[in-house]
Amino acid sequence: MAQDSGAEGINIVGMCCTATEILMRHGIPVAGNFLQQELAVMTGVVEVMLVDVQCIMPALGSLSGCFHTKLITTSPKCKIAGAEHIEFHEDRAVEIAREIIKIGIENFGNRKGKVQIPKVTERGIAGFTTENIFYNLGGRFRSSYRPLNDAIISGRLRGAAGVVGCNNPKQVHDYGHIAMIKELIKNDVVVVATGCSAIAAGKAGLMRPEAAAKYCGKGLAEICEAVGLPPVLYVGSCVDNSRILTILANVVAEGGLGDDISDLPVAGAAPEWMSEKAVSIGMYFVASGVFTVIAEPLPILGAPNLTRYLTDEIEKDIGGKWAFERDPIKAAGMMLEHIEKKRDALGINVEKERKLYDMEERRALAVE
Amino acid sequence: MSRIIMTAGINGAHKTAKQAEEMLAKAVEQKGRDCKVEFPNTGYYMPVIYSMTGRAVEKLADFEDVMAEEIKPLLPKLVDENLWLPYLGPALDAGMATLFAEEIIEACKYLIGPNPVDGIWLGAADDVILRERGIQFVDGTAPGFAAIVGSAPDVETAVKIARKCQERSLYVFMAGHHNGTTFAEQLVEGGVQLGWDTRLIPFGREITAAIYAAGFASRVALTFGGVQPGDYRRHLLYNKNRIFAFVVALGKVTDEWYATAAGAINYGFPTIADSDIPQVLPTGVCTYEHVVSNIPHDEIVEKAIEVRGLKIKVSEVPIPVSVSPAFEGERIRKEDMHCEFGGQRTPAFEWLRMLDIGEVEDGRVEVVGPDVDSLEVGGKMPLGIVVEVAGRKMQTDFEPVLERQVHTFMNEAQGLWHMGQRDISWVRISKDTAKAGFKLEHIGKLLHAMYHERYSNIIDKVQVKIFTDEEQVLKLSEMARKIWAVRDERLAGMTDEDVDTFYSCTLCQSFAPNHVCVVSPERPGLCGAYTWLDCRAAYEIIPTGPNQPIPKGKCIETTIGQWDKVNAFVLKASGGNVERMSQYSMITDPMTSCGCFECITAVLPSTGGIMIVNREFAEMTPCGMKFSTLAGTVGGGRQTPGFIGHSKHYIISRKFIAAEGGIRRIVWMPTMLKDEIKDAFIKRAEELELGGEEFLARIADETTATTEEEVLEFITKAGHPVTTLEPMF
Repeated sequence: MAQDSGAEGINIVGMCCTATEILMRHGIPVAGNFLQQELAVMTGVVEVMLVDVQCIMPALGSLSGCFHTKLITTSPKCKIAGAEHIEFHEDRAVEIAREIIKIGIENFGNRKGKVQIPKVTERGIAGFTTENIFYNLGGRFRSSYRPLNDAIISGRLRGAAGVVGCNNPKQVHDYGHIAMIKELIKNDVVVVATGCSAIAAGKAGLMRPEAAAKYCGKGLAEICEAVGLPPVLYVGSCVDNSRILTILANVVAEGGLGDDISDLPVAGAAPEWMSEKAVSIGMYFVASGVFTVIAEPLPILGAPNLTRYLTDEIEKDIGGKWAFERDPIKAAGMMLEHIEKKRDALGINVEKERKLYDMEERRALAVE
Repeated sequence: MSRIIMTAGINGAHKTAKQAEEMLAKAVEQKGRDCKVEFPNTGYYMPVIYSMTGRAVEKLADFEDVMAEEIKPLLPKLVDENLWLPYLGPALDAGMATLFAEEIIEACKYLIGPNPVDGIWLGAADDVILRERGIQFVDGTAPGFAAIVGSAPDVETAVKIARKCQERSLYVFMAGHHNGTTFAEQLVEGGVQLGWDTRLIPFGREITAAIYAAGFASRVALTFGGVQPGDYRRHLLYNKNRIFAFVVALGKVTDEWYATAAGAINYGFPTIADSDIPQVLPTGVCTYEHVVSNIPHDEIVEKAIEVRGLKIKVSEVPIPVSVSPAFEGERIRKEDMHCEFGGQRTPAFEWLRMLDIGEVEDGRVEVVGPDVDSLEVGGKMPLGIVVEVAGRKMQTDFEPVLERQVHTFMNEAQGLWHMGQRDISWVRISKDTAKAGFKLEHIGKLLHAMYHERYSNIIDKVQVKIFTDEEQVLKLSEMARKIWAVRDERLAGMTDEDVDTFYSCTLCQSFAPNHVCVVSPERPGLCGAYTWLDCRAAYEIIPTGPNQPIPKGKCIETTIGQWDKVNAFVLKASGGNVERMSQYSMITDPMTSCGCFECITAVLPSTGGIMIVNREFAEMTPCGMKFSTLAGTVGGGRQTPGFIGHSKHYIISRKFIAAEGGIRRIVWMPTMLKDEIKDAFIKRAEELELGGEEFLARIADETTATTEEEVLEFITKAGHPVTTLEPMF
């Protein structure tokens, strides 16, 4: 049908968090992150812009009007002036999708004016999950987190950081993410990323496996090389941040790095956050025992007692705490400092002699 | 870069799988799908495939299933050159697929050739070897093995590497070739003795023969580790943490080598290479590094041991040759011999006695008479070795236990060979060893050092006197003979009733966690290696060790042999799994079995009797199971009424299944076992008034009966006394 109307085919691309969902599960390419959604319309080649519920710029409606693009809303929670509303129901998913595709195809003939598609493309590896890390580190027969824990204990990896969250119009687009990530991986901290932060890293080529040799410290580069990993691991959309927690729980369970997530040499950051959702996500990280740095402060600075509690005293109660720092390099420095502090506490920053096993000691080793 | 290794490994896996597929197709074409396939005289089918997948491969058609359902799904896509996916997991899978494929290739070779057993090449280790050698990996006499692939740059380097492995008690498994030759052929050229006895095992010329090393490791885990087939995770971790093996790659590493090495990494066996290949240093699958390269030949063994995380004590004995258990099995042929002693050629004996502490000067070695340098090559002279020991914890009862060690200690020296004991001993010194400056005083130094090393808990002082003067040797051996006669009488007369303490042996709990051997004077350990006296000595040596005294306590039942304190001990030592244990019954609460038993006794219900099969007997038995299958039923620390594992010596004990009627019940034994125990058995049968030789002749064997019906027919005709006994249960 698309070819009948003169098109070569149908190109579905994702943007923002929905992009990260459909990339993770269906390998559908990403066209950009949060702040690029209006730019996408301005390429002049978008027949349908389909939106659901969050991170949708209010101006999309009027902007679409300037082009042939049809804006379609699908959630009862989000309706936009100038947009067509086709409500999505899971039980009729395919049928509704067909209807929307059909609208897109029919709209193809309405393309007008100059088409402007940026020439820049980038590729990367995505799709790491709590579960497939087992396989990636040991194959079918020896699947395990052991190599990851070993890498941290040996110091090749200093630790891990989750760099997540939105883009924020108050900052240079993607700068906070990329500057912070590069600083972390240079210091042998592996980065897991979700959502718009992950897209930023992908655009910067940090999800190519060969980026490890280019941007990482020696230790992280060696680990990436051994496993075949990029230095930034794409673990899903911003609502998939819970996945990072399950990974951390697995690291604790694998053993050798303390008994609680708060013992781990890890930190979290949202260097360009803007969505209120980021606050609740940050809060569950802090509550799980993770030191979490965000750029724009929470709107609490007027309450000194609360500020002091959330950025300091809360650590005694639940193991994690908040910090606010706009400069991504400085923020990365705070994370690195925290990671080293945790390493010291674990006693893994001490050079250990290689343990050689005699028969008695071999017998004492578990074989489970 | 690892990517190069992983890429090569995955490529190699595809190549090996293709080779296996072609080989299999050829075998099917020539022999048909239903053709039986096996490694001769081995249990556990194709051991790697069996242990990893639980698939029992019995015929070629099963290989086709393995190919389609295991190997092919495991083979990963080739690694992309630009945008590669994580390759560590897939490369490990590729390695495992390679091992499966190699097992197919080697097994097909047994069917359609070229035969893996050819010239120096040995192919698969049979079950007798596995039992004898595999246990060493469990008890620690062998710390691990080096799988050496390829060949050294020259013969001299090869010999040096092999010797270093031997000195460290490591087994060397050889496969693969490089530069037109193999490590094994280099050793032969260097005059080194190959074979299981010297721990240098040439498996095969092709890299695919490396599968016998993996198969050996797998069978050790299945036999001694009690790991269930298909429980691949436990199986591989067992190997990682118990069998400290590693791969030494000598020469150009091909794709197929990489693929095989990736398979080995699954087992936790790292690769150490002499060539400049990329390294994989981060740890996690193996204990330490996975691939280490560019190691000079004079450091490669030490480096490999360090990478594997192995601690090995090298005996430092002040004699001109190396000392290690690896040299124990070395033989010295006549043409390699400098001189010999005893062996019916000259009078010779060895005798150990305990003296008062003031009478022994520690470290003193006295040689009385001419030394070996006075002999021409091929010469002989008398030899008397008198070892005198003293120690605060020494007892005369330990004398025979310690005296038997002369055999072991002397054999452990390179180029020294010993056979027999007491006054039937026979010793040879090799030309190389004599050339290295070995004199008779070194025998003394060797014995002094070894007694201190292994028995320091009971011995404080050791002195050795060596005599070569015929008259003196004869006079001293006459003296010793009197002592031996006294000892024998005392030992033979020792009964379970004479002692109030038995000893436990839980040495095997590392692989059979519920198993407890209760060793009494009349029931030695089921492995045949531990008598009651041995256990008592072992307890003195290591008071916290696996041999603990068990006061018998109150007798609960005399016939089956149960005592309250023995039961309490067994309950505790078996982790609460075995409540009651009978010392003399195979029906009521029989003793558990680990896996090391020399023999298995099984009830043949319709005959009212029992059959005994020894481990060396590989054929079918009348109960419908071969030894290896039976062992799986009996072993692992379970109580299996109607089946027991035991030593050969126990058969002629007065307490042999005394509750069920003892040897009267025996209706079947292999001829080889009959021959081995003949003299003592006849004597025992006469004691019971069963008639000596006549009774033995009434017992069926594989030449007269192979099924239970045939046994019944045979014993009925022969008038076997079992037909008059009450039923067993």
